[in-house]
Amino acid sequence: MGMVHDIEQVDRIAEKLAEAEQIKGRSLWQDAMGRFFHNKAAVGSLIILGLVLLFSLIGPAFAVWSNEEIDWARMGDIALEGRPSIATGHYFGLDDLGRDLFARTIQATRTSLMVGVIGSLVAVLIGTLYGAVSGFVGGWVDGLMMRTVDILIAVPYMFVIILLLVIFERSLFMLFVGIGILSWLDMSRIVRGQTLSLKNREFIEAARAAGVGWFVIVRRHIVPNLLGVVVVYATLLVPGMIMTESFISFLGLGVQEPNTSLGALISEGSGTILRGTLWQLFVPLFFFLTIIISLFFIGDGLRDALDPKDR
Amino acid sequence: MALLKVSNLSVTFDTNDGPVEAVRNVSFEIEPGECLGIVGESGSGKSQTFMAAMGLLAENGRTTGRVDFDGHDLLNLTPAEHNQIRGDEITMIFQDPLTALTPHLRIGDQMQEVLRLHKGLTGKAAMELCLHWLERVQIPEARRRLRQFPHELSGGMRQRVMIAMAMLCGPRLLVADEPTTALDVTVQAEILDLMVGLQKEEGTAIALITHDMGVVARMCDRIEVMRLGEYVESGTAEEIFYAPRHDYTKMLLDAMPRIDRPNNSTPLKPLAPGAKVVLEAKDVKVHFPIRLDEGLFGRKVPLKAVDGVSFDLRAGETLGIVGESGCGKSTLARAVLQLIPPTMGSVAWLGKPLEKLGHKGMIPFRKDMQIVFQDPLASLDPRMTIAASIAEPLKTFQPGLTSRQRKLKVAEMMEKVGLDQNLINRYPHELSGGQNQRVGIARAMINDPGMIICDEAVSALDVSIQAQVVDLLKKLQSEFDLSMIFISHDLSVVREISHRILVLYLGRAVELADRDTIYGDARHPYTKSLISAVPVPDPKIERTRQRIKLPGELPSPLVPGAGLRFLPSKLAAGEMDYVPKFEQVAKDHWVAEHDPLEALMKAG
Repeated sequence: MGMVHDIEQVDRIAEKLAEAEQIKGRSLWQDAMGRFFHNKAAVGSLIILGLVLLFSLIGPAFAVWSNEEIDWARMGDIALEGRPSIATGHYFGLDDLGRDLFARTIQATRTSLMVGVIGSLVAVLIGTLYGAVSGFVGGWVDGLMMRTVDILIAVPYMFVIILLLVIFERSLFMLFVGIGILSWLDMSRIVRGQTLSLKNREFIEAARAAGVGWFVIVRRHIVPNLLGVVVVYATLLVPGMIMTESFISFLGLGVQEPNTSLGALISEGSGTILRGTLWQLFVPLFFFLTIIISLFFIGDGLRDALDPKDR
Repeated sequence: MALLKVSNLSVTFDTNDGPVEAVRNVSFEIEPGECLGIVGESGSGKSQTFMAAMGLLAENGRTTGRVDFDGHDLLNLTPAEHNQIRGDEITMIFQDPLTALTPHLRIGDQMQEVLRLHKGLTGKAAMELCLHWLERVQIPEARRRLRQFPHELSGGMRQRVMIAMAMLCGPRLLVADEPTTALDVTVQAEILDLMVGLQKEEGTAIALITHDMGVVARMCDRIEVMRLGEYVESGTAEEIFYAPRHDYTKMLLDAMPRIDRPNNSTPLKPLAPGAKVVLEAKDVKVHFPIRLDEGLFGRKVPLKAVDGVSFDLRAGETLGIVGESGCGKSTLARAVLQLIPPTMGSVAWLGKPLEKLGHKGMIPFRKDMQIVFQDPLASLDPRMTIAASIAEPLKTFQPGLTSRQRKLKVAEMMEKVGLDQNLINRYPHELSGGQNQRVGIARAMINDPGMIICDEAVSALDVSIQAQVVDLLKKLQSEFDLSMIFISHDLSVVREISHRILVLYLGRAVELADRDTIYGDARHPYTKSLISAVPVPDPKIERTRQRIKLPGELPSPLVPGAGLRFLPSKLAAGEMDYVPKFEQVAKDHWVAEHDPLEALMKAG
């Protein structure tokens, strides 16, 4: 009799459950998304950034010239014949060596975006894990890990990258290594601070009381609650990375020919500005500024959307 | 003529989700010299009524209607005109006396600022008046306090400073917004006495905004009951308490736990004779090292948060642990669960000692020993659905379950704690405080534990919700033969739910007995003063009751001899390190050694 009753009970609950599962809650992420899409500047920037990305991906399909070909016919008088023109197929004109600037800009945009995204990914991965462990474990481990970060942060960032590039060969890979190993330091500090404040929250204590192991707590409770801060900081990190790369390339130490980046193009363009080839400076500069400003607006929008005080 | 006359006042806030009507068409009057109580649960709009009258509404607030104060139309004053009246004719005291005082100004300077602005009084005359008022509000060593900063004073003392400041210009109306909610019961009782005295002597009218029917019973001549932005009932204290007409008022009065008699809606299941002891704590001590800035490198002294507490708990029994803030009750709970490892002493679950197990070894025991926290929202991960939170302990202790089986178990438990299964995919921020606390209870109960510790589990909830949660806990206890440790600062709630009660004072037990003995025949002076300080929601009883006032304030546990407050004879004899004995005075009635009450009163 008892069994029959139990089975009936289970059936009834299962039925109710099937009904209940249709009803979805509104997570904090969904709330934040709603706020983000109400922010006109951020959404506009997102669209513009999407267009730039699209340009760098499908642009080559429209290019008449490749980025390596030299237009021997026009390279003699670039200031006059190398101007941007639809008729010649050089939509953005020629660069100083007679290469198509449209194709070169696509190549440079790809490099710069890649440096920014990969640089921040490294920062996010290493920084988040390092900071979360340091903050959560605490005690002397925390002390040791954070003093290490302090020491690394005290080393002048730019010198290290320049030294790396001078000692080893100048390559894109070396640039990634240089930016990557230093960019996570700030990230780890921010994440550690957030972890410390999360660690004393009651839901972490509740998880400990439920017998959950410390690594699972970090993975299941700490990291998801850190994501808001991490996403905001990472978005603001990307333009920083792009600027660092551009600065190094501007100095002539970064990306080497035949590769190029926006910084390298700007550097070349500024060198030839007196010869009347203004497009060589302003085309890459336009893309550079568009990317940086959009990213800052997106980061700002995300920060407003994910701000915990609105919860 | 009425001092303050509010007619058809409405307050609306523009929010992202559209306009919210916080106060709807409210009218009332306050006569000179009377005390009006405005009672309601959280979100009922009771504070916003007065914020609007004081011109202190948030920026997105709009008002309609009229508020007249002695010929001034308060809603249509310029900010400059408002400042003339605020702080002079109408003054306000708030719930949190620390945030209401400017942290970087000395007490004396803050008080003199008020006098300079409203009376043009400065210098020695102002100082004398400030001193006079600090003495009137019974602050010890008043002259020294003038030179101190707010953080150097205790919570009760800060609230006295707030009252002194509010009274400086001889206001005609004092608005007190939950003035004692953040304070301990004994301090609350003193502050309320002080306010009653000032009302009588100065003839100041008081508008008392509170959720506590007991406070209202002690203080108020007339009462307005507020619910969802409207006044549902108004009348004299006698009418409201002895002949309530509105269902909401009746519900509030019924839900309010009373210290003078238990409410018997859900009776406590009596203990089975010979029930076995499940938990045994012996001489538990938790000391935290505190760094003092003395000498070159500072010096570490132990803060004795829990200093030698012993008790046992039988199957199906609830042990109530009460005490004022800082008495170590929450630390004791965490030490029992080994969330904070005890410095000394032993805790045994079913005879097995826990203190040497370490993190890993403790895990199997966590299945049987669960905890429910004070803040229902903070104790749930904001990024998890409530079903995921409830299921979390299942993942640790029954890893073999499929996700389907887990969901079924969660749904079943949700039904047991009175949560609609439709909420299964909801997030904590979408639920009310009471619902979230049920989620917390479901999470604690999901593995069918032998014991749960409720750490102030109902303190953050409104009285009506509080009563429901207490009933739920009693129901679960009788259904599952659950043992409970119920920690609270609220002696009336503890009376509802506990079989036995342990009273803590500065980390030490002062009295342990079954509940009827504690409330009927308390022996220790501290227990007596605690019980006598709790307001009873019954004006006749409340106003004629004799309170037992112990002299002095709760000392910091770092002060030498703080633990000997009830043994001044030992202090006088110079035995500073004497530990009061915990003696059995009758069967199952334990009391800490103390001097007689009369001697204590004289010593103070």
